[in-house]
Amino acid sequence: MTLYSLLFYLLAIIILASTVMAVTRRNLVHAIIYLVVSFFGSAMLFYLLGAPFLAAIEVIIYAGAIMILFLFIVMMIDVDRHKERLFPIRQCLPAIIFGLVYAAVGLMVTFGHSGSKASMPIAVATPNAFGRFVFEHHWLAVEIVSLLLLVALIGALYLGRLKIEKSAAAGKETP
Amino acid sequence: MWIFGFIALLVKIGLVLGGLLFVAAYLVWVERKLLARLQVRLGPNRAGKFGLLQPIADSIKLLTKEDIVPEAADRVLFLIAPAIVAVTALLMFAVVPFGTELLIAGQVIPLVVSDLNVGLLYVFALSSLGVYGVALGGWASNSKFALLGGIRGAAQMISYELALGLSLVPVVMLARSFSLVEIVNAQADYPFVLVQPVSFIIFFIAAMAESKRIPFDLPEAENELGAGYHMEYSGMRFGLFFLGEYVHMQILGALLAVFFLGGWRGPLLPPVVWLTIKMILAALVMVWIRGTLPRLRYDQLMVIGWKVLIPAALINIVITGAFIVY
Repeated sequence: MTLYSLLFYLLAIIILASTVMAVTRRNLVHAIIYLVVSFFGSAMLFYLLGAPFLAAIEVIIYAGAIMILFLFIVMMIDVDRHKERLFPIRQCLPAIIFGLVYAAVGLMVTFGHSGSKASMPIAVATPNAFGRFVFEHHWLAVEIVSLLLLVALIGALYLGRLKIEKSAAAGKETP
Repeated sequence: MWIFGFIALLVKIGLVLGGLLFVAAYLVWVERKLLARLQVRLGPNRAGKFGLLQPIADSIKLLTKEDIVPEAADRVLFLIAPAIVAVTALLMFAVVPFGTELLIAGQVIPLVVSDLNVGLLYVFALSSLGVYGVALGGWASNSKFALLGGIRGAAQMISYELALGLSLVPVVMLARSFSLVEIVNAQADYPFVLVQPVSFIIFFIAAMAESKRIPFDLPEAENELGAGYHMEYSGMRFGLFFLGEYVHMQILGALLAVFFLGGWRGPLLPPVVWLTIKMILAALVMVWIRGTLPRLRYDQLMVIGWKVLIPAALINIVITGAFIVY
């Protein structure tokens, strides 16, 4: 076992364990922290597989920005209330079915594919090469994704505007 | 000869961390002295000549104080939150170059702990993780003031992170690299502050907001929140929050030097000295601003971040892009 595969399995264990913890925690803040650890582990995995750019972006966007927004909302919720109870069976069933399908596909990919025995060559994609590749071969997809984000941005702006105008109109009427 | 490289790496890490902690301790002294002068007071003057032993006395006091965990606090998160702040601040220095290569016994030693090709993104990644220390410290204390401080801190830091990131895009465009070593090399002829003064100003303001210093110190606003997110902390855990802040000041000085002032470049004096001078100067300017400006209101803070800095940074990117292409 080389150092790389050792690190890989170590990271895989960390990611799996923290994701399981994130799903099973009742305290939402703890769940978020475990999810952050899981994202951080994935970023390390990306780095190990030779994609430092992807690793950095994963930490900045997922572990940093998005989870902070989650934490932001969750922090204001009172954590220890409500009687703790399990989901009704009706809601568990789809989860179990999808989980089994996912596990089956995972096992098929792991053992059915001939390429799973070969070790991955160690290659590093510099941010420069990565950017060149994406913009030379998939520029249309990049533009479509950025347009999608722009639409989301304008939508958020519109919703915010609507609320401000409404409250301004309501404020004028009351006095 | 990997053993040699490994030892060199350990020595470098030791020197960098030692230097950072030493300067952090004396930055507190400099700040207290300078603030005292600005406010026509004397400042620390009992421990040693000019109060020079004050940082040592302070750290002994912090280390020997009782480490109190409030009963209602979330114990584990409460204990690790200060460490997150200090560790992310200390780790950021790993990509800052403090000279060219050094030749010892026929071995070339680059004077940087790690020359990552995504160095700039690494700094951002760590600074976005540092937000967790503030937010969790506030939440885990289970106190209203601390929670308010934590929420303010998280909101402020994610708002200004955008401006911080966007202000550096022109620098990356000019240097054509994310690596801090390459960015310094690209400034061999002239420092980037001459061609990117707008970026420089945006970066400086956003960086001050990131380190939560006085015009932007709403998360710890003493006269409204007691002490904000670190209110319930005592002893060295409180000290770690402060250590994080002062290490952060140095990091900002170093990044300012690397991105805009030519990094370690300078005439006559050795590179490390130049980098230190630029770092300390930036820190002194921050102390000066702290002694001059009042605290912003919350709405003013958000308006400056979202409606002034971010649009200015975006326009700056477009103009820089146009200049590079044509």
